[in-house]
Amino acid sequence: MTSILIPALLTCVGLYALYSGIEVFPTFLAGAKKGLETAVSILPTLVGLLTAVYMMRSSGFIDLAGRALSPILSVLGIPVECATLALLKPISGGGGLALGSEIIRTCGADSYAGRVAAVMLGASETSLYTISLYCGHLGIKNTRYAIPAALAGDLCAFAASAFFVRLFF
Amino acid sequence: MLSKLWVGFFAASLLCGAFTGRLDAVSTAATQGAAAAVELILSITGLMCLWSGVMEIISASGLAAKMESCLRPLLQKLFGVAAHDRQAMQLVSANVTANLLGLSNAGTPIGLRAASRLYDTAGRRGAPNVVLTLIILNTTSIQLIPSTVAAIRASCGATQPFDIMPAVWCASACSVTIVLLLAHALRTAFPDDGK
Repeated sequence: MTSILIPALLTCVGLYALYSGIEVFPTFLAGAKKGLETAVSILPTLVGLLTAVYMMRSSGFIDLAGRALSPILSVLGIPVECATLALLKPISGGGGLALGSEIIRTCGADSYAGRVAAVMLGASETSLYTISLYCGHLGIKNTRYAIPAALAGDLCAFAASAFFVRLFF
Repeated sequence: MLSKLWVGFFAASLLCGAFTGRLDAVSTAATQGAAAAVELILSITGLMCLWSGVMEIISASGLAAKMESCLRPLLQKLFGVAAHDRQAMQLVSANVTANLLGLSNAGTPIGLRAASRLYDTAGRRGAPNVVLTLIILNTTSIQLIPSTVAAIRASCGATQPFDIMPAVWCASACSVTIVLLLAHALRTAFPDDGK
């Protein structure tokens, strides 16, 4: 069902762009160049965080923390491998991406844990970073319900990720 | 915050490595991690470029503007009286559209401008509900095509890198609903001290 989505989307966007009269391929190239810039700009973050994550994993810390947390998270259906991701993602987008891609690689992209990690990454944002960015920009000191509501939303996104992966696959 | 966490990671691996006697592995891991980051970037850059290019076509062809006008009725529900402020709502819908398209680099600067505009109209005091609504909306993911995650899945040998999309949409919808409902329910429990 989903296999038609991407080819159809590309075709439809392309046809609409031709119809609207813009220079389709040069526009694509300009955007693709921005994608390359993004990739280059997140590389330092990935180097910093993957180094830390690799060190933590080889020291056995991630296993310990995951094991300590897994009873709570397994009630919500979140696999042990993804427990640390649930902790890291609200704080750091790049760190979440680095740790998530490690889970996907080691557990396998089509495994249960690998799929849950991918859906968790896709369905949540870097909540604490976003709130501090916006409130810092505006000078808001008392953020009221923003942090509890956002963190509850993240937890809900993680539990729902596990639930819908079980439902669909 | 991130700085403390990062140093904390190193401290945790030093202590834990010393405790479990795996300091050799920890020291090797430091070099492996840096190399793995470059490998990861190399394997996902292609798909990132592709989708960034497609998004450029979507916004240049006027499709993004169409999506914006579709969003307007929904935004009026979310922002109530503030929705009469056309300039603010244009910025808000541009922010939401960019987030839907997964263009967080474009979405964040627009979102900050929108928040600033909403804060101005609300009198620039305390933490008004309209401003917080925009902020918490930005703490959820409403991305239609999770292209970065799909790129990572593809590089790890997924048979259908994009087959997680329905699950991502459903999980995102759950989290957006919970966040908005909870924010509404907590309004009186967390009063605005700036008023």
